[in-house]
Amino acid sequence: MKRRNFLRSSLGAGLAAGTFMSFGRYEQAFAGKRLPAGADYDLIAVMGGEPAAMFDMGIQAMGGMGSFVKKGQKVLVKPNIGWDVVPDKGANTNPALVKRIIEHCYRAGAKEVYVFDNTCDNWIKCYKNSGIEQAVKDAGAKIVPANSESYYQEVSIPNGKKLTKTKVHELVLESDVFINVPVLKHHSSAMMTGALKGMMGVVWDRGYWHRNNLNQCIADYALYPKKPQLNVLDAYNVMMRNGPRGVSVADLSAMKSLMISTDWVAIDAAGAKMMGKEPSSIEHIALAAGMGIGKMDLAAMNIHRMKM
Amino acid sequence: MRSSALKHIRTVFAVLMLLLFAFLFIDFRGLLGEKAFAPILYLQFVPSFLKFVIAGVAASTGFIVVLVLTALTGRTYCSFLCPLGILQDGISRVGGLFKRRFRKYGYKKPYTILRYFILVVTAAILAVGGVYVLTILDPYSTFGRFMTYFAQPVVLFINNLLASILGKFDIYTIYRVDIKPYELAVYIVPSAFLLLVGILSFRYGRLYCNTVCPVGTLLGLLSKVSLFRIRFEDEKCTRCGRCAMSCKSSCIDFLNKSVDLSRCVNCFNCIDSCKENGMSYGLVRFKKPAAGEVGTDPSRRSFIAGSLVLLAGGSQLVRAQGTTPAPTKDSTVKEDRLYPVSPPGSAGLESFTSRCTACTLCVNACPTNVLQPSVSEYGFAGIMQPRMDFHSGFCNYDCNRCTDVCPTGAIMPLMIEAKKLTQIGKAVFIKDNCIVHTEKTACGACSEHCPTKACHMVPYEGKLLIPEVRDEICVGCGACEYACPTRPFRSIFVDGNPLHEAAIKPETEEMEAVPSEFPF
Repeated sequence: MKRRNFLRSSLGAGLAAGTFMSFGRYEQAFAGKRLPAGADYDLIAVMGGEPAAMFDMGIQAMGGMGSFVKKGQKVLVKPNIGWDVVPDKGANTNPALVKRIIEHCYRAGAKEVYVFDNTCDNWIKCYKNSGIEQAVKDAGAKIVPANSESYYQEVSIPNGKKLTKTKVHELVLESDVFINVPVLKHHSSAMMTGALKGMMGVVWDRGYWHRNNLNQCIADYALYPKKPQLNVLDAYNVMMRNGPRGVSVADLSAMKSLMISTDWVAIDAAGAKMMGKEPSSIEHIALAAGMGIGKMDLAAMNIHRMKM
Repeated sequence: MRSSALKHIRTVFAVLMLLLFAFLFIDFRGLLGEKAFAPILYLQFVPSFLKFVIAGVAASTGFIVVLVLTALTGRTYCSFLCPLGILQDGISRVGGLFKRRFRKYGYKKPYTILRYFILVVTAAILAVGGVYVLTILDPYSTFGRFMTYFAQPVVLFINNLLASILGKFDIYTIYRVDIKPYELAVYIVPSAFLLLVGILSFRYGRLYCNTVCPVGTLLGLLSKVSLFRIRFEDEKCTRCGRCAMSCKSSCIDFLNKSVDLSRCVNCFNCIDSCKENGMSYGLVRFKKPAAGEVGTDPSRRSFIAGSLVLLAGGSQLVRAQGTTPAPTKDSTVKEDRLYPVSPPGSAGLESFTSRCTACTLCVNACPTNVLQPSVSEYGFAGIMQPRMDFHSGFCNYDCNRCTDVCPTGAIMPLMIEAKKLTQIGKAVFIKDNCIVHTEKTACGACSEHCPTKACHMVPYEGKLLIPEVRDEICVGCGACEYACPTRPFRSIFVDGNPLHEAAIKPETEEMEAVPSEFPF
């Protein structure tokens, strides 16, 4: 508790000062106030900076973290920590980005911030070698295990075509705010992984999804009411092939980009475009858009593009 | 020395040793670094012996140290270093509490024929047939199995209980670990020995060590001629018999003032029990044999020498004999696996099965639970020897922990870069089981998990992609098999390489230009 209080009180001074010095224009990112009317964007896209700085800029354009996190709330930040690889391999969400998002949450008054992912490789190695465990601890949040079925509770998916019930991690149910922070990359099964596909990391039995029309299940899960209030897509170092695990750094494209949206279909559609693919060609994006979960027509969106 | 300090030193040392070894096998969080295992295990007799003789590791000299120690001091090993021996002392102590009055052991005759029979059979089978009987009787491995099969689930249960409680208070430093039992058949031997060792030690102290244990019998041959030994101080002994009553080995014949040194395990309880200072531990005093006392027996000496030669030289035959398990070519066997998969660093099935004593240290050290005790995969003689079970887990690409912990040389150290290019088996795709083929929906869970993309997706019908395997870059980690969602039979499985092979490093291509503008 002491640590948390210390962090809270020092964040304002330390972070704001640091941010001011490096990116003087964006110190307002911590102001937590909504931007004037008209700033209600479908999608924020930032390019050319470091992950944390791009997030500072992007979240400011969204009206600051205060628009999503209220004082005293429990926040779940869910990155992709699927693989036992180092951050440079681009298979997991960038740890610096995760850290900065948590800092914004505390700044906005979050009571506690939790982070977990149901990993593919051994979870302890994933948490450690992804750099995310350390980043979470440095930011004063809690990294939570997701390795045992006993952490999951069964929920039903209203109107799901293939996926009508699934076991989700208890923190999805317990948290007040859910921030989804996927990494954009190629995926051998779903063709691309982003915000929608990332939900396979909050459920226990992924095999069921694979057996029962994977893309339909991904779209079906998005019908579950406890969905992310905010999606942040990490496109800093994008794995263009051999995903989702990657074979070598040669698979990566240094796009140095970041997208933020409350619409997870829209953010995935933008991600698809970044990877040179039509959103409609990614089956689960097309299915989700067809089911009215979100928009995938980028031309019809109010997109705020920023370069650093 | 007559001081009871000897007993107290022994007790403290033994308790620390027992805790250390218990931790070694129960450490489910992998807190102990890989490099700590070798020095801790260095002096374990059977693993060290096997590593030296069969695996040919010249540095594995721990068993020689133990032999020298025994020749100098008697069976100090059994009371100070053997975890199974120390565990039995603990059980004996508990057994003593259930006796109404002071636990009395008293002198008993040794089961001479039985103990030497077991030693000879173990040595002979090791020499010509393989490690299998030794696997069952090795005290270190027996102890390891007790910890893994019986103690660890209890510890995990307590851990999970604690984790549930702490979780309510938002504390996650203790996390739940699901308790996953092994195949039922592998519990037969450990259960039988838990009963045998448990009952014998509960009631009769070190009877197991002096009757069944081949290491105890072998060291007993040396301790008979040890330089330091327990002896009576004739002028002080009043023949009260307290020493004999306190002797866990039942080896003190106080009426004749003689100690059966082949059974004495240097616990020093007798010294502690003697009020008259009539027992002591010290340098041997030579005296002329009294009438009726047994002198040297040349035939016994030649037997000892012969046994040692047989043990050392004969076991070399194991390599030449070829103990590769018969492949199970039965097509009705699910997934039609020709060979089981042995862990990386084991070089192949034959070298692995001829060295492994199924102590289960690697099973515990493995972070992914892919190493599981086998039932009949290596043949029935290889029961309990760990195999790669890709239904329990898959081999983490960036991990070589098992290769660092094995004390017998069954799994030899393998640097991480070498491990990544070691092919322990090859993935085999069964199209007729595959979701993409049968359901006409996307899957690709296998390719997702593949660390080398040996399993990659190629165009199938319409927009669908289907897996294809490139053998030459497959390392046999089993991630594909583990991830494959089809049941009861998987659509992709790893068939073991009887001899491990070298995989080719996956090629890398250049990346196209990075976009500098948003494409939307």
